[in-house]
Amino acid sequence: MNASFGVVAVTLVCVVTLGVGALGLRLSRTTSDFYVASRAVSPRWNASAIGGEYLSAASFLGVAGLVYSLGADMLWFPVGYTMGYLVLLVLVAAPLRRSGAYTLPDFAETRLESMPVRRLCSLLVVSIGWLYLLPQFQGAGIALSAVTGAPSWVGGLIVAVVVIANVVAGGMRSITLVQAMQYWLKLTAISIPVFVLLWLWLRHGAPQPNVPATGLPQERHDWSRPLSGFGGRDHPVYAMYSTLLALCFGTMGLPHVVVRFYTNPDGRAARQTTLVVVGLLGLFYVFTPVYGVLGRVYLPSLPQGVSADSVVLMLPTAISPGVLGELLSALLAGGAFAAFLSTASGLTISVAGVLNQDLLHPWISARTGGDSVAVQGFRVAAVGAVLVPYAVSQLSVSVGLADSVGLAFAVAASTFCPLLVLGVWWRGLSTAGAATGLVTGGLLAMSAVLVTVAGGVRGGWVGALLAQPAAWTVPIAFLVTVMVSLATPSRIPKGTARTMVRLHTPEDLALNRSPG
Amino acid sequence: MSGAGPPEPARRVRVTSPRRGAARRGPARPVTTEIDEQTGLGEVYMAALMRAQLRLSVSVLVAAAVLLATLPVLFLVIPATREVRIWLVPLPWLLLGVLVYPAVALAARYYVRHAEAIERDFTDLVDVGEPDERPVSGP
Repeated sequence: MNASFGVVAVTLVCVVTLGVGALGLRLSRTTSDFYVASRAVSPRWNASAIGGEYLSAASFLGVAGLVYSLGADMLWFPVGYTMGYLVLLVLVAAPLRRSGAYTLPDFAETRLESMPVRRLCSLLVVSIGWLYLLPQFQGAGIALSAVTGAPSWVGGLIVAVVVIANVVAGGMRSITLVQAMQYWLKLTAISIPVFVLLWLWLRHGAPQPNVPATGLPQERHDWSRPLSGFGGRDHPVYAMYSTLLALCFGTMGLPHVVVRFYTNPDGRAARQTTLVVVGLLGLFYVFTPVYGVLGRVYLPSLPQGVSADSVVLMLPTAISPGVLGELLSALLAGGAFAAFLSTASGLTISVAGVLNQDLLHPWISARTGGDSVAVQGFRVAAVGAVLVPYAVSQLSVSVGLADSVGLAFAVAASTFCPLLVLGVWWRGLSTAGAATGLVTGGLLAMSAVLVTVAGGVRGGWVGALLAQPAAWTVPIAFLVTVMVSLATPSRIPKGTARTMVRLHTPEDLALNRSPG
Repeated sequence: MSGAGPPEPARRVRVTSPRRGAARRGPARPVTTEIDEQTGLGEVYMAALMRAQLRLSVSVLVAAAVLLATLPVLFLVIPATREVRIWLVPLPWLLLGVLVYPAVALAARYYVRHAEAIERDFTDLVDVGEPDERPVSGP
């Protein structure tokens, strides 16, 4: 394959990302600028930025890879990614914004008035953020190898360097601009090739997907039929519902998603933003499965050692060898890099913010006694937030991109979802209940993730339960939180009534919203 | 202030009219104060707001869940639905790949409209007691 187009596209995306980021440099001077872009971002910009940040490697490459390798059931992944925003909208969007907190740990502290719960949340934000960053670096490696033949560590390294440069230089104001641009770039990159490829496919006489025999029983190898268990997954019905649950309820607990809500001017704008996001995501996800289907038509089997996640990038040259195919492939590679850069930036901001606020900042100010080093601490934290998962991504066994993102969702759904939903809607939530729920949900989901990533149990009920843990860990986390809260009414925060006023009343009412 | 005979009863009516007005205007203390001071009345207002919002949220979620959850059941119970093709595309792919997104967006829009309506009603209800917005005179 001619690598030069791909190299040009990837370079262009990186340079433009850095350039737009530099534009915002002058605008970010204070800590508040860094964290939430001074809360002066309009719903449309904000929605594009959320879309840009959210559509990660899992969306851009992973969905097509899953559809290609596992068939119709995998259509639930993009549905779940979109549904997550509906759930977030109806359960927490406006109250979350009205809480006035920067990060999930801030929310926990505001609502529960407890430092231990805050620390637990910080720990979880960093874990989920790192878990979610892993597939971004792996995806970048896959994408760059597919278009240029570079070794897989190079792609991840490029993403790591660009993200660090951008975050360290500009903070969130520039990131908002960059992210909004990234959404439209990604939509263009995913949609234009679809139209061209579908047109070529029709001209070829619309050949049907071609699935080689796998040796499985007949009814288990119908790729195009839902719930057939194609690809050898056991218990497809359970796996599907559990995945859907994780995606629907995990979105609200993803650190980079939640931080975006603080950039809305008020609760009403937060709702409007989320509504636009649902539309933008739906628009994007209509296109992604097409690559999986056309992949089955034109690439009946992949070369040994090539991941199904690269099917998006290999498809154009398979359909149309020559310049057209290479140009489309380069466009897709650029879009994929936009996806890695934007998601990794958003995650880095959130993880760095938490690392800085809860670990570095107290440590530095204990030594210098000043407030002026806050921004410096953020920069140091950003470097750490990127380098740790990059290093791990070079060691860990590769699970599919969308699968490993799915595990991050499962952890978020088992920990932050109960905290947020009960924190927003239930006055009876006690500090002890919240803490026990976080620990229980976090431990259960994390152990399931670790066993799965380490390649522990595969197949059978145990394997299915561990690979898609949300269906049992989320209810258990809710149950534990509620039971412990009911048993410890004395630990209900004193300011709960006042906090509820703050979370639920429109901002135009003159009410006392101060904590305590 | 002694006048002629006939207008006398009319003046007495004017004396009672502010009291009727006061009763219509609601409590003498603004509701915002009741909420701020966390009185029983303030709590009732807050609980009503939260209940209305939660009812809306739960009904949207339940509707979405029922719709989504019935799709796999439909495919399982009536296998023929997995085979139907509309213009080359199998029905499950069309439903899950395309039609589900406008449906989710419509549900989101329905929610936003109604949630904003609930907040408007709450603001109207609570703001009536604001001293600066109390009508000075009138029927």
